[in-house]
Amino acid sequence: MTSEPIIHVRGARRRYGSFEAVRGVDLDVRRGELVALLGTNGAGKTSFVELVEGLAPAAGGTVRVLGHDPYRERAAIVGSLGIMLQSAGFSGDLTVAETARTWAGTLTRPRPVREVLAAVGMGHRADVRVASLSGGEKRRLDLALATMGDPEVLFLDEPTTGLDPESRRATWRLVQGMLAAGTTVLLTTHYLEEAEQLADRIAILQSGRVVRSGTVADIVAAEPARVECVVRNREGRVVVPSAADLPALAGVVGAPDVDRTGRLHLRTTSLQDDLFTLLQWADARRLRLDDLDARSASLEQAFLAMDDTGTHDTGTHDTDDTEVAA
Amino acid sequence: MTTTTTATTRRRTGPAAPPTVSPRRVWALARAELLLLVRNRTALFNALALPPLSVALFAAVGGIGDGMPEAMGAMLLNLLVFMALAFVVYYNLTVAYVARREELVLKRYLVGECSRAEILAGAAVPAFAVALAQTVLGVVAVSVFLEPPAFVNPLLMVVAVVGGAVMLTTLAAATSGLSRTVESAQLTTLPLLIVAIPFAGLFGVPVASSGVLDTVGTFTPLRPITDLMLLGAAGIDGDGTVLTFAETFAAARLPWAVLVAWTVLAALAARRWMRWEPRR
Repeated sequence: MTSEPIIHVRGARRRYGSFEAVRGVDLDVRRGELVALLGTNGAGKTSFVELVEGLAPAAGGTVRVLGHDPYRERAAIVGSLGIMLQSAGFSGDLTVAETARTWAGTLTRPRPVREVLAAVGMGHRADVRVASLSGGEKRRLDLALATMGDPEVLFLDEPTTGLDPESRRATWRLVQGMLAAGTTVLLTTHYLEEAEQLADRIAILQSGRVVRSGTVADIVAAEPARVECVVRNREGRVVVPSAADLPALAGVVGAPDVDRTGRLHLRTTSLQDDLFTLLQWADARRLRLDDLDARSASLEQAFLAMDDTGTHDTGTHDTDDTEVAA
Repeated sequence: MTTTTTATTRRRTGPAAPPTVSPRRVWALARAELLLLVRNRTALFNALALPPLSVALFAAVGGIGDGMPEAMGAMLLNLLVFMALAFVVYYNLTVAYVARREELVLKRYLVGECSRAEILAGAAVPAFAVALAQTVLGVVAVSVFLEPPAFVNPLLMVVAVVGGAVMLTTLAAATSGLSRTVESAQLTTLPLLIVAIPFAGLFGVPVASSGVLDTVGTFTPLRPITDLMLLGAAGIDGDGTVLTFAETFAAARLPWAVLVAWTVLAALAARRWMRWEPRR
């Protein structure tokens, strides 16, 4: 992997009337890298990706893909792009193979149709009318078309939405294969597991801004680990320890919390030490820690925590998935 | 040296700096559209059966070319071309553009390497081919079964068919923007057909009439197709005078200008109204 930036964005902005969907986003994606954009619905993911795909002009800032302005100089780079939109359709009366052949006929360097359909597990469905396909099969056909031109840069907008777990994993393997072959990928997804599996780096968008970015490890490292359990005495009755009862925990974050079922929740930045202390404390008092669950932070937790504390606006930002290139 | 420079230039600008219209891409889209036409019974009937059936009907009922029997063949041929352009090109294409837009296929094509012109042209190729084939068959039929027209200036017939098809394709793109659904295209295409047909001069040689209506009619969008067809096939001008080959060129100037003007207007309307994805 070289450090050559294939996608280079500085201060990108996009407006719909008076509403600003993208408010100054910076992003670099280097060759052979996969960057995942995360965010809630309406965070501006699709609006932003459309700027990079060259489907809409930026209202401000710089957007460069393979060294070109993707909107104004689209013709120069479009043959090197593979784009899987969140919503693009098919003619239901064409078969899978006919649809793929049509698309191949519009590409500069198409790979063989049969090979591409086989790669997404649609080879056996080649003669089926698209109208008869399931949602997941259509999504895989979508992926086949996006990858058919052997793109240098691949855009995947929620590629596995509606797929069953097996197809989702197959899609991940396909994308990993393309990454290994040097393809650069910009992915948006709702599935944090998908980002954890595939992404070299992650950027989290909120209200049109990147609020956090880095590797999964970087983002998760900032989040405290969690310990949860139900404390019971020798008779098996639930004990609700007050803060004063509990031992001194070195890395604890915030006050311990007990929910309605009597379950104790702790957040800590030094999981090993505090867990050890807690176990010793229980042992000394002959308490049981039922349903003990101690976990390092996950990306999901980091994402949800950000949503609780972040500048999340509600209600007004529904344009993300519905607005389209002018 | 030259090859090196070319190769370098190509690499620098990327392998794909596509020209605006690539025949290969248009053909790929046209092939798909042809398959869809064959699989859509209504559209297929409109395309293949409607024009010849309506000509046969009018020929049987009579009244065409009254008062100028030698023009009968040219009039029927004109009617065939008119029906083909109005229904195969204008109506069917409006429906096709709306259907492709609503099923988000236009959006998909736009994201790829195709230009807008290529996408519009790709969908239009089958309609053009059908209209052209019907014209050729019509010429053969008229020549075999009737007193063949003189075919004074075949070039003007080609201009009528091709120019008319280009104008109506552009109008179809514009009309599709005003149609939310395939069903509503049945309504949005009516104004042109209803308003223009009485002025199109289909059912008789426009005998020297100084009426205001006739003057207005000259400038309606479908009239130049009739004027050019009758000039080309029979050498008959708007006053019913029979012209020579050389004279037909001069007489064709006005209908030609009207055809070009409507094509330009249609292009402006298409730019303004044509939509590439559904409104939400």
